[in-house]
Amino acid sequence: MNPLRPSSLFFGFLTACALALILISLHALIQPRLDQERLTKLGRMVEDLTLTDLCLFTEARYTRHLSQADLHSPFQDHPLSLEHFPSGSFVRPPQRFRPPHANLD
Amino acid sequence: MRIWIEKQRNLIDFTLSSLRRRLGKNIALVLTFTAVVFFLSSVILFTQALKKEAALILKGTPEIVVQRMIAGRHDLMPLSYGDKILQIRGVTSLTPRLWGYYYDPAVKANYTLMVSDRQPLAAGEILIGPGISRSRQVFPGDLLSFRNYRGEPAIFQVKGLLAAESELVNSDLVLISEPDFRSFSGLASPFVTDFALRVRNPRELNTIAFKITELLPDTRPIVRDEILRTYDSVFDWRSGMVVVIFSASALAFIILAWEKASGLSAGERREIGILKAIGWETSDVLLMKFWEGTVLALSSFFLGFILAYAHVFFTSAILFEHALKGWAILYPDFRLTPFIDPYQVVTLFSLTVIPYLAATIIPSWRAATVDPDTVMRT
Repeated sequence: MNPLRPSSLFFGFLTACALALILISLHALIQPRLDQERLTKLGRMVEDLTLTDLCLFTEARYTRHLSQADLHSPFQDHPLSLEHFPSGSFVRPPQRFRPPHANLD
Repeated sequence: MRIWIEKQRNLIDFTLSSLRRRLGKNIALVLTFTAVVFFLSSVILFTQALKKEAALILKGTPEIVVQRMIAGRHDLMPLSYGDKILQIRGVTSLTPRLWGYYYDPAVKANYTLMVSDRQPLAAGEILIGPGISRSRQVFPGDLLSFRNYRGEPAIFQVKGLLAAESELVNSDLVLISEPDFRSFSGLASPFVTDFALRVRNPRELNTIAFKITELLPDTRPIVRDEILRTYDSVFDWRSGMVVVIFSASALAFIILAWEKASGLSAGERREIGILKAIGWETSDVLLMKFWEGTVLALSSFFLGFILAYAHVFFTSAILFEHALKGWAILYPDFRLTPFIDPYQVVTLFSLTVIPYLAATIIPSWRAATVDPDTVMRT
């Protein structure tokens, strides 16, 4: 029996990867349909309780309800102070707050 | 065709043997390349899935939320404002919302206290989110003690837990009856936190928001689009801390890969010279180098992407948890619905695999076009 050629091993590896990618694509196609009921329930809860935000960052008031926070809340210590909660590094301010009102330097 | 396939297989055999001669260096390269693709793919898959999920969940959020502002700060809303807003044509309903925060020193976490008409609760009863139940170890039937605005203990009985499958919106929620909320927070009866409005025609949202600010200049309407846009900009990957920290290591990888791929070592140059001397064509050398780049880059890309998918959708992005958690004590235990944007996968492929292939082939082409005798002597 001939020893396995390195190229056969490589193609075997590529086939395994291709199979895994096919499984991933199937999962990405099927799972959203299975999650439909869960998402509908979540949407209904948001509507019933009149919720406005995702419970992603609970570390501060203005990071818990990003869309409801007022203009000054991230800068309570000083208008030029750096935002001190880590989630401030992930979240950009809403579009309407981005243009600077004045050059503060 | 058969001859062509056999030729390619022979070239791949030769390339793999050649790679095996520098095994340690190549394994290090594949591992780093895989890590880079894994990290970038994880960020892309996570942010896309989160944006998509937020858009689907927050579809039912109030069309307009009206807050009162005093000196630029969110203030309590007088109920009398509601009558004025209801007079605006197009507003179909107005729901006064009562909600606020409670900092629990026992676990150093912020809870969201909320009153809901849809969940009738008797005095002294509350419904809590699964995150609170987990951190305080309280379950239905247990008593939970908070301190009210006068600093006195207020004891509530946990009537039930909010659905665990909705943790992404209710993990830190405490639903409480209106009288309890008012006596607990000290909020006087003519005031509420804000108003949630329903509007007949969604195309009139901005007009109605404008009319509200004209009628009541000390208010701030937040329309649903703004809420959705806020979440669209969440985890914007250009500004993400994860990506910023990662960009330094990505740069290090690019330098490493460029150095490895473009800077042919003396041994590699000699190898090309010998191959040419024994009769290999320039095109054969280039094909060999093409396969070398393909083996390394394609293997790393596939491995990195598959691992990233498993990381984000099967382990709920466990490596990002600490970064996302920040200083928060309560963190929702949620599983994201998979969503793959083919455009982003193709972009990632083009930005990782193709530059590496180019960086492998171009210097080899230069070496392969020089006289073999000169290459071997240098």
